[in-house]
Amino acid sequence: MARLAAFLLALALPAQAAEVAPARAAELRHMVRQDCGSCHGLRRTGGLGSPITAQALAGRAPDDLAALILDGLPGSAMPGWRALLTEEEARWIADYLLQKEMP
Amino acid sequence: MKFNPLVAICAAVMLAFPALADDLRGTGDLGLVVEREAGSLLVVDHSERAVIGRIKGLGDLSHASLVYAPDGRFAFVFGRDGGLTKVDLLTRAVVKRVVQAGNSIGGAISDDGRLVAVSNYDPGGVKVFDAGTLDLVADIPMGSKTVGIADVPGRRFAVATWDTGEVWLLDHSADPAKPVITRLEGIGANPYDALLTGDGRTYIVGLFGEKGLTAIDLWQDPPKVTRFLADYGRDQPDLPVYKMPHLQGWTLADGVFALPAVGLHQLLWVDAADLTEIARTDLAGQPVFALARPDKREVWVNFAPPDNDKVQIVDVLSREVIDTLTPGKGVLHMEFTPRGREVWLSIRDENRVEIRDARTRALLAEIPAQAPSGIFFTDRAHRMGL
Repeated sequence: MARLAAFLLALALPAQAAEVAPARAAELRHMVRQDCGSCHGLRRTGGLGSPITAQALAGRAPDDLAALILDGLPGSAMPGWRALLTEEEARWIADYLLQKEMP
Repeated sequence: MKFNPLVAICAAVMLAFPALADDLRGTGDLGLVVEREAGSLLVVDHSERAVIGRIKGLGDLSHASLVYAPDGRFAFVFGRDGGLTKVDLLTRAVVKRVVQAGNSIGGAISDDGRLVAVSNYDPGGVKVFDAGTLDLVADIPMGSKTVGIADVPGRRFAVATWDTGEVWLLDHSADPAKPVITRLEGIGANPYDALLTGDGRTYIVGLFGEKGLTAIDLWQDPPKVTRFLADYGRDQPDLPVYKMPHLQGWTLADGVFALPAVGLHQLLWVDAADLTEIARTDLAGQPVFALARPDKREVWVNFAPPDNDKVQIVDVLSREVIDTLTPGKGVLHMEFTPRGREVWLSIRDENRVEIRDARTRALLAEIPAQAPSGIFFTDRAHRMGL
């Protein structure tokens, strides 16, 4: 049964997500929605920051997005989140944003 | 007994009036709490510390704000999705809703209560609507996202432009559809918010793209522009700003402005008369709101992540932090009851609103709310700049 659950979980999530523990993943989803949402909108449709829907980010390399999340975008209001996120977590968020379906 | 119409009418009136009196109520102690995820508003009664209803169907309410009609019965809600919604606190219903832009940030109502102006990110600029019908009255493109819109006495609005660093004054007094526009350029890089002082005289613009703030004296003709605090924090590295501070709900206490710093974990004290820095207070994090209790004796501050579980209270005379509260995860907003007896705190991640005694700071009551953000009491209807 546990094996089946793990199999279903593996199907449901992108490969990189496995590197973040489920409890932390829940926190990261919350962070994207609420804290990224402060500037990018609860539904990621943009605000002071640009839209970050999967459609708006289509074609962007996940590693580039992860670097942007960690170090920010100089000259804009986008801060670096390195103090609050590990590199794995930033990559997880990048993959999460790029997922076609908003989970 | 012979039928007497007069007696019948009197009897009917006597029967009807007690019921009517029970149904009637004022709006002076009512308010609205934004439930940002659900797209709904709680109608609350702060005398009773109670929810009296919920209004649904307002769309995306992340970063939603609202203003009140002069009667304190109707409110105009500005949603992130560009929605402008007029709601009735007494019937707890949406009166009218228009989606007027792709993405909006805030709004203001004119001093006569006739015009509602909405500040937009996409497509930028400002749109002005008839407060009665929500029909479009004027569309003013500005080639920029706009922030910090406020009502200026004389059926005017002031607004700052994020991309171009300007302030526009829109004077709708002669012809609401054709405002007379005064454009003030060179205000500073990337205004992120602005406030109007309670006397309607000074419009203060906070800058993100460079250090300092800009004050505009609206009593002068043409309005006089003064940069101030241009040096604050220049000697220190900027700390990341995980949420933009808000200037509305500004603080003027004891002849002094208390303003949230940007990129510094400090409250900046500025002499209101000559705009010079008086002092700074070190805080627990990046301040978001710095609100004076209505008696102006204390300033209450909440914070950007990761310190958004805290509230600090700063004494205006000593300018020292006298208390640090930890109400819970995601303290997004604070609203004092009109005379400052109690304070309501929205605690987003714990789905509740706390009501505290604003002097002892003791917890008095809690109200369940779905991811609450802004709290707005109807006394705002009668205050300039709100």
